[in-house]
Amino acid sequence: MAAKHLQEHPQPAWITFRLRRIPFSYRIDRRAPLVALIIVLFTVGTLIVSVSYGEYNIPPVEVVRTVLNANIDHPDYENFRLVVHTFRLPRIVLAFLVGAALAVSGALMQGITRNALADPYLLGVSGGAALTAVTLIVWLKTIPISTLPFAAFAGALLAAGAIYLFAWKNGSSTPIRLILIGIAIESIVGAFTTVMLLFGDITDVQQAYVWLMGSVYGRNWEHVHALGAWLLVLLPVAFLLARQLNTLNLGEDTAKGLGLRVERQRGLLMIVSVALAAAAVSVAGTIGFVGLVAPHITRRLVGPSHEGLLPICALFGGALVVLADLIGRWAIAPSELPVGIVTAMIGAPYFLFLLYRSRIR
Amino acid sequence: MSELNARNLTLAYESATIITDLTVTVPLGAVTALVGPNGCGKSTLLRGISRLLKPRTGAVTLSAQDIWKLPTKELAKRLGILPQGPVAPEGLTVHELVAQGRYPHQSWFQQWSAEDERVTRDALEITGIVEFADRPVDTLSGGQRQRAWIAMTLAQDSEVILLDEPTTFLDLAYQIDVLDLLHDLNRSRGKTIVMVLHDLNHACRYADHLIAVKNGQIVAEGKPDEVVNESLVREVFGLECHVMPDPITATPMVIPIGRAHKSVQQPAAFAEMSI
Repeated sequence: MAAKHLQEHPQPAWITFRLRRIPFSYRIDRRAPLVALIIVLFTVGTLIVSVSYGEYNIPPVEVVRTVLNANIDHPDYENFRLVVHTFRLPRIVLAFLVGAALAVSGALMQGITRNALADPYLLGVSGGAALTAVTLIVWLKTIPISTLPFAAFAGALLAAGAIYLFAWKNGSSTPIRLILIGIAIESIVGAFTTVMLLFGDITDVQQAYVWLMGSVYGRNWEHVHALGAWLLVLLPVAFLLARQLNTLNLGEDTAKGLGLRVERQRGLLMIVSVALAAAAVSVAGTIGFVGLVAPHITRRLVGPSHEGLLPICALFGGALVVLADLIGRWAIAPSELPVGIVTAMIGAPYFLFLLYRSRIR
Repeated sequence: MSELNARNLTLAYESATIITDLTVTVPLGAVTALVGPNGCGKSTLLRGISRLLKPRTGAVTLSAQDIWKLPTKELAKRLGILPQGPVAPEGLTVHELVAQGRYPHQSWFQQWSAEDERVTRDALEITGIVEFADRPVDTLSGGQRQRAWIAMTLAQDSEVILLDEPTTFLDLAYQIDVLDLLHDLNRSRGKTIVMVLHDLNHACRYADHLIAVKNGQIVAEGKPDEVVNESLVREVFGLECHVMPDPITATPMVIPIGRAHKSVQQPAAFAEMSI
């Protein structure tokens, strides 16, 4: 075991930012900036194509010019503005934000539970939101539909809170207890939801199902602002907790040995994850697979360290849902497939692929 | 008082109390081995003195400071633990794993200082795994992987390193490799090593101080030469044996008697071994 001189040591696979005067330093995986750039370019491209496509086709060039307000003199300017700004742009931007929120929520949940099969809905978010939404759509029809996002959000948080409390024992809520109680609560809540769907009026039930599948149809700038406000607060918090998540991922004992306050950090991360998922679900319904698939694929692209994983995951999740929305609008045009169905159709083959790969090893 | 001290310690899990009213002192700057049969409480004791398990009664002090009163990061700078059979996240490279050891020295602002980088590279060099630095931990052999985890605790730069069965699932060559490494860390860097060991002969060879545990009680503690004899092995492990000096290191070597013997001429075989 000859001791190698420091200079012969291979370059670490990360980029370090360090300031000279002030003690500040930060590092990120070397692959992250390039992957981020590629995803951003892809997303912008898909966004332009998506806004351009529809029953009323707008040339991509005009899409860009409309967004930049650079084509006032164009004869169809009024139409372009209406379609782009009122109908298409809000839903597509919302699709991106929803994808970003779900992807980061899923990545956090997978890190907290040290389980690559965890998804944002592990702690009852989907069950709680679904029950509340279906109740409003099918049963309590006198309550205005505009309260739906708030109600769904509240339902999601209540379910998650209930699961956390039930799983609390001797000063901690371990991942395995959370998962088991989460499954139990989801089953109970799911049963209630199903009963309501069984006995509801058929048109209401159809509407409820669209919500349950997850859709950005008819969403406007209010939804974008609401979700955007949440993300503006939650995403930076999530990104700042990357280091803690890395350490937590080594195992509870090792993390404690390194000085991490495991219960506190895990609780904080769970709150952020649940809040992100609840915010996304409240405006777009329970879109599946994004929160599960996006972290998986991002991990293969930039590695498991969360400084790079979380931001890239957000971009990837956003891109995925934007693409899914485009496919949904194109596949059975002029009808629309809810975006949740498209993500499921992408997600299922991905899992078969994972299964295939694990057989080889 | 440069020692790691536990007084009147009672440690229990939900279902059972493992250790009751135990007092033990671990000398700093030495290699200490905890030995005993399965279920005797040696791992529980290690978790109790490392702050992984909160004692029902009693106190643990490191150089006269109660470890439960120190901020977790402060304690982590002075006491590191390597649990049994640690698992690294898939795809995490050796370099990234070792870098994790710097966690107690970092903060929001200082996430990767020059000092962190220097200490991490140092740890990689000492444990001889520089060539694997960019490989995922899960692609390494058992011995290399254990060295990577030890490098992580080295990067943590704590004066005390606790290890729970660091050699249990390794091939013999890697077991000796890891034990030699830990021994070097103690002799050349003054690290206090406290490890739970399964193999009594390894414990005798490498430990300066041996603590034998049975049924949650300390049966004997002291230097292996002074403490390990046939009656101790009988009492703690329930095994009839013959103890003689190891031909290589002169430390006590436990040779089980057992029932299945190939040849009847044991005394002659012993006589032939001239040391």
